[in-house]
Amino acid sequence: MDFILQPWPWYVAGVLIAFCMYLMFYFGKHFGVSSNLETMCAMSGAGKFIDFFKFDWKKNIWNLAFVLGLVIGGFIANQWLMPDQTIALNPKTVEDLAQIGIQNAGSGFLPEEIFGMEALFSVKGFLILLTAGLLVGFGSRYASGCTSGHGIVGLSSLARESFIAVAGFFIGGLIMTWLILPFLF
Amino acid sequence: MKNLKYLLVGVLFGITLSKAEVISWFRIYEMFKLQSFHMFGVIGTAVVLGFFIIRGFNRKVLKSATGAMVRVEEKKKGTPRNLIGGIIFGLGWALGGACPGPIFILVGKGVVSILVVLFGALLGALLYHILKFKLPHYVFRSPNKKT
Repeated sequence: MDFILQPWPWYVAGVLIAFCMYLMFYFGKHFGVSSNLETMCAMSGAGKFIDFFKFDWKKNIWNLAFVLGLVIGGFIANQWLMPDQTIALNPKTVEDLAQIGIQNAGSGFLPEEIFGMEALFSVKGFLILLTAGLLVGFGSRYASGCTSGHGIVGLSSLARESFIAVAGFFIGGLIMTWLILPFLF
Repeated sequence: MKNLKYLLVGVLFGITLSKAEVISWFRIYEMFKLQSFHMFGVIGTAVVLGFFIIRGFNRKVLKSATGAMVRVEEKKKGTPRNLIGGIIFGLGWALGGACPGPIFILVGKGVVSILVVLFGALLGALLYHILKFKLPHYVFRSPNKKT
């Protein structure tokens, strides 16, 4: 039980992620989260305005069930499996974050400066959250995959497209982290 | 009820990414600062094992529940779409510290502000399908009219 309550090391997570992918293939489906964004748009009636979303979203209910599982999993972990929510970050990371205006890095899962109520109800904070979502949603559908579809499945199957997409993920991530984030807070 | 099994895989995935702190904004920042092996270890382990799993399916050493052949869907071709789409995605991933999976997991964790990120992501997916005819997909110049 003690192991369950400790943070899980990378190799445990890696094995379990691969196992989840295996299970989805075993059940005859595929493994990918971002296509659900399209299903949800279709479900909400986006087909009335954009032809693409006229597809029958009910054929993807299995994947929506997976997403509902993610929400439930997040709830279960938070409620019962994570008594200690501090994160043992590299001390250099904590120092770097303090310098760009993000304090107490690692004292919880998320920075107050981005996810706290004060940020949420400020114009700048709201726009940061909205922009992050917009970029993630737009980019993942443009590249037709996110960290699961391209990062895990695509790289595992040695797909050329996925190596390009993941290279893109890192180019974008490095630009944001090194060149843009320092000027946001 | 036949969908319950997918829900359970989601629960396992959600718990895993929570317990390994993959849903933490700080871990993503630390990864892009190249200051920790953690995230690279997580993804690396999954990809190495995934390679053998997919090979197993392709060579029919592993079979699906029904015994039907498992074919890994081919990714959509086109360097521009994958590169530019990937870069846009990466910018958002590092800004919000969450890719699509963790966005949903953080909803379950009870993080109210992640709902704005989720709304943005849905809007982003919508926006892509409005603008896609004007975007390059297969070659870098002259946008391709077919999607």
